Amino acid sequence: MKTADDVEKLDGLIIPGGESTTIGQLSLVNSSLRVIKEKIDGGMPILGICAGMILLSKTAADRVVGKTNQPLLDSLDVKLERNSFGRQRESFEAEIAMDSINIPKFHGIFIRAPSVSEANSDVEVLAKFNEKIVAVKKGNIIGTAFHPELTSDVSLHKYFVNLVKESKN
Amino acid sequence: MLPLAGERKDAKGIVSEQSDANEIIRGSSTLKRGFAHMLKNGVVMDVTTVEQAQIAEEAGAVSVMVLDKLPSDVRKAGGVARTASIRIIQDIMDSVTIPVMAKCRIGHVYEAKVLRETDVDMIDESEVLTPADEHHHIWKWDFTTPFVNGARSLAEALRRIEEGAAMIRTKGEPGTGNVAEAITHIKKVNDELRAIKAIYDSGDHQDLVRMAREFKVSYDIVEETAKLGRLPVVNFAAGGIATPADAAYLMSLGCDGIFVGSGIFNANDAKERARAIVLATTFWDEPEKVKEAQKMIDERQSMLGLDVNTLELKMQERGGTS
Repeated sequence: MKTADDVEKLDGLIIPGGESTTIGQLSLVNSSLRVIKEKIDGGMPILGICAGMILLSKTAADRVVGKTNQPLLDSLDVKLERNSFGRQRESFEAEIAMDSINIPKFHGIFIRAPSVSEANSDVEVLAKFNEKIVAVKKGNIIGTAFHPELTSDVSLHKYFVNLVKESKN
Repeated sequence: MLPLAGERKDAKGIVSEQSDANEIIRGSSTLKRGFAHMLKNGVVMDVTTVEQAQIAEEAGAVSVMVLDKLPSDVRKAGGVARTASIRIIQDIMDSVTIPVMAKCRIGHVYEAKVLRETDVDMIDESEVLTPADEHHHIWKWDFTTPFVNGARSLAEALRRIEEGAAMIRTKGEPGTGNVAEAITHIKKVNDELRAIKAIYDSGDHQDLVRMAREFKVSYDIVEETAKLGRLPVVNFAAGGIATPADAAYLMSLGCDGIFVGSGIFNANDAKERARAIVLATTFWDEPEKVKEAQKMIDERQSMLGLDVNTLELKMQERGGTS
């Protein structure tokens, strides 16, 4: 989906990986960022992956470059550290656990991944890796630093689809 | 799930290590191809300075490619074109948050190692620079850093993927501002993909063996690619793109994204043009928006461009036979 009209019709939205600066600027161009925010406030479930989680956050800073002025949705009261584990050469695969949503084992693909450096008390931490927060949830909003869309494990997708079904009832 | 056709699991570039108490893997095909996947539908811009890199980032580029000279200036300068100054690459890495790529010469294993140690996010083994080895490309499986390579045909693309490339781009004819060759190359790759898919669907394995011999690659990668009906890595357009309409047209031909070399920073309206090409690449299937993007640029500011037929140096032929 590319336009605000597309967003209006949705019951749930997954913002996948990509470049958060690019996605943010493009959604600003056609005002879909505002519509996405209204839909989230109205209870639409959203899953933000990597760049998508950055977009959901309140503030984002790059590990090297510092605070970025990119457009953000400001829906999750968290502070994001971009490129938290380093550049592409440091990208990695590792097993993580999201026990509170009954996914005790998940193969995480971390590509120039961000992490949550500060989270407000109303934000639930779903997973940590090396003491860094890599998955969070607040009501209808989920953010992950890793890429469930690049693996064959669909457990997180299933969990998200259930959230969407519940929100329709 | 990413296609992993042609993957070598025993590659030296795949590293298992302990990170605190956790077992991790770096340099796998999923991580390398996944990185390229994150750039899909985006524009990678050639830059030579920090200022250009910042303009590119503000315009919405998904990544920048650092060179010593833009391809059209490489043509004018002649001589040997080598990898960019490490200090400039590092300065750019410190001033933008988007991924930074850099070019090394075809077959120049040590320029690639230098770029790896510099920690660039992707290495382009590029025909824009003077080839260091006419017979061999770099064995890219030895690297944890992913590579992108140029290709004019399915055979070239598969040979590069078999050597470990995590991303393919058309070669086009760099530094010309002439998009004709890029169009030819993407159409050729797509035609050939359709042809091997048809052979696969017909169940004629003998003919696939013949194709593998013709392409000079293994049977397995031909079979897996034929089954997919597309390359197992993302395929961008590159070489001669100068306007939003150029970018949109190439996207409509099935490219996954766009590289712009001289087209932006050799034009006199670089800022507007960079933004306009990003918009046209994203909204290529909406001609009204492509028109709006095209309106942002002034054709009188476009780089002059070169006729491919009269060129003395055809960069696309470099490394083409190996």
